[in-house]
Amino acid sequence: MSRGRHRVLPRALLYVAAVLLALWVLAPIYFITIGAFSTSEAVYGYPKQLIPRDVSTETLSFFLHSAGVVDSLKTSVYVAGITIVLALGIGTPAGYALARFAFRAGDAFRLTVVATRAFPIVILSIPLAVMFIRWGLDDTVLGVAIVHTALALPFVVLVTSSVFAGISLELEEAAMTLGCNRAQAVRRIVLPLALPGLAAAAIFTFVVSWNEVFAASILTLQNRTLPAQVLAALDQSSLPYRFAGGFVLLAPSLLVILVIRKYLFNMWGRVVT
Amino acid sequence: MAAVRFEGVRKTFGKVAAVDGVNLEVTDGEFVVLLGPSGCGKTTLLRCLAGLERLDEGRGFIGGRDVTELPPRARKLAMVFQSYAVFPHMRVFDNIAFGLRMQKVKKPVIAERVDACAQLLHIEDLLDRYPAQLSGGQRQRVAVARALAPKADVLLMDEPLSNLDALLRLEMRAELKALLQHLDLTAIYVTHDQVEALSMGDRIAVMNAGRIVQVGTPLVVYDDPADTFVGGFIGSPPMNFLQAEVSLDAGSPVVQVSGGRFRLTAGRADPLAPRKLVLGIRAEAIEVEGDPGEDLVAATVLVVEPLGSHNLLTVRAGSDVLKVSTPADFFPRPDSEVWLRIVPDRIRWLDRETGKAVSP
Repeated sequence: MSRGRHRVLPRALLYVAAVLLALWVLAPIYFITIGAFSTSEAVYGYPKQLIPRDVSTETLSFFLHSAGVVDSLKTSVYVAGITIVLALGIGTPAGYALARFAFRAGDAFRLTVVATRAFPIVILSIPLAVMFIRWGLDDTVLGVAIVHTALALPFVVLVTSSVFAGISLELEEAAMTLGCNRAQAVRRIVLPLALPGLAAAAIFTFVVSWNEVFAASILTLQNRTLPAQVLAALDQSSLPYRFAGGFVLLAPSLLVILVIRKYLFNMWGRVVT
Repeated sequence: MAAVRFEGVRKTFGKVAAVDGVNLEVTDGEFVVLLGPSGCGKTTLLRCLAGLERLDEGRGFIGGRDVTELPPRARKLAMVFQSYAVFPHMRVFDNIAFGLRMQKVKKPVIAERVDACAQLLHIEDLLDRYPAQLSGGQRQRVAVARALAPKADVLLMDEPLSNLDALLRLEMRAELKALLQHLDLTAIYVTHDQVEALSMGDRIAVMNAGRIVQVGTPLVVYDDPADTFVGGFIGSPPMNFLQAEVSLDAGSPVVQVSGGRFRLTAGRADPLAPRKLVLGIRAEAIEVEGDPGEDLVAATVLVVEPLGSHNLLTVRAGSDVLKVSTPADFFPRPDSEVWLRIVPDRIRWLDRETGKAVSP
């Protein structure tokens, strides 16, 4: 094991870097969480407590009772709901096609799907806003959901294609020899087996929509989603409001990532069928 | 039950012809094994028959119906897959019932039929389990029961035993054969295992490079291979091939091999002489003597492998290395001299150029 000894130092450095990186991400999350669960005195207090003394929901309830918050929460849920339906409705068949059929330029298509995410929404936003105003989609739940669908679609396509690729084609073929046509085989065999993966894709879509702030801010005035609402209110709001708002935006995403991470890893593990 | 017929079947993937002009006829109730090395196109051929692949050329018939353009579900066949393809989200009962449900069979009939099939495969105690709770052998049984349940005309099996361990495979082989005899099903069975093919099939179709090289009963394929490929692929050890020259010595045929010469006592070689040929001979068709004698070929023992029921000798005769089987009590030392009697009746004569059989 002499080779191992040579690698001790680089390995230690790697761990230090990993710890620093983790702290970089975790420390703000920690402070936001503490802030959200303490009294407003504690939030304003100085020096900051590393370990909260009195846990309280006062800050959170203050935030939830602020003007517009409940409405924007509802809007966020509606937008996310429609986004999930649209993104999975369009993305799942695409993912199935990618997983099951070898077609010309399949790999190029896969790359293009990912590449659409490289196109900055900032550049898109002005023409998008103009178009939405023309179509009467501006400041509507559907309008925001359509943009969020566009954002979530690449992930849905890739994740579902990896889910379908993980389901043996022989199962489908067995169903077809037992009396199914292709659609029946998919409905009776493939979809039930893909369900956990599809649920993961749905949850991921939810997070994308829940956290998206730019398009939502530009396209809406009255019907703001929660991130847009918080962003708009940020410079006039109190510290407890910011902490609580931050936490409400943060918590669902973290929870979701925790649940679906194995599917995210899968996605890169076997993209090719 | 139904007869199956293939005419000029061709299937290419890109530029590679996986199945290249295959004709095959399987009579009603017959058990035919498609045997060949991996990549020879045997699974593709089976999938063409199942309707899982579209034919590029040729036609397929099941029970007289032209099924070339029919989807799998309309072909009245059942298939057992190599991976078993048991539906993981369904209990064993629902797996076996799947085909019947698709046919909209009435519930009590389904229950009856599932029970009957489960009993045939001895899995009646497992009906409430999920596949994940079963062993590989049990899953295999579920797959077979599921294929039998809808009473298809033809049963297709794609290397169904290849994922089982050796002991289980041996057991399942005999059981499956008995089951199929009992049910009198038309069955087509794909395998790369020549022992499986010899032991199970009514007839064997040996495939190589997308073509069927020989179709025959196990004994014919074993004793009289159509060419050097079949002789070398079937049998363990494979057939010995020696460069030989037949000539006439005072009117009687004499065979010259690199290790020596012997007379052909039987008249079988007359039409061959004089000619350069390949002599094919099975390991058990060579008798080994400890002392020199007339019509014996000298050889040197290289390896002795005791196999219990017999010993397998690797010997060198002239420039050829042969496998020879001897009685279990015959133990020559390595490097010792032995003398081989090549049994003339068991010789398979093959052409040196084409490798094809020329035996009269």
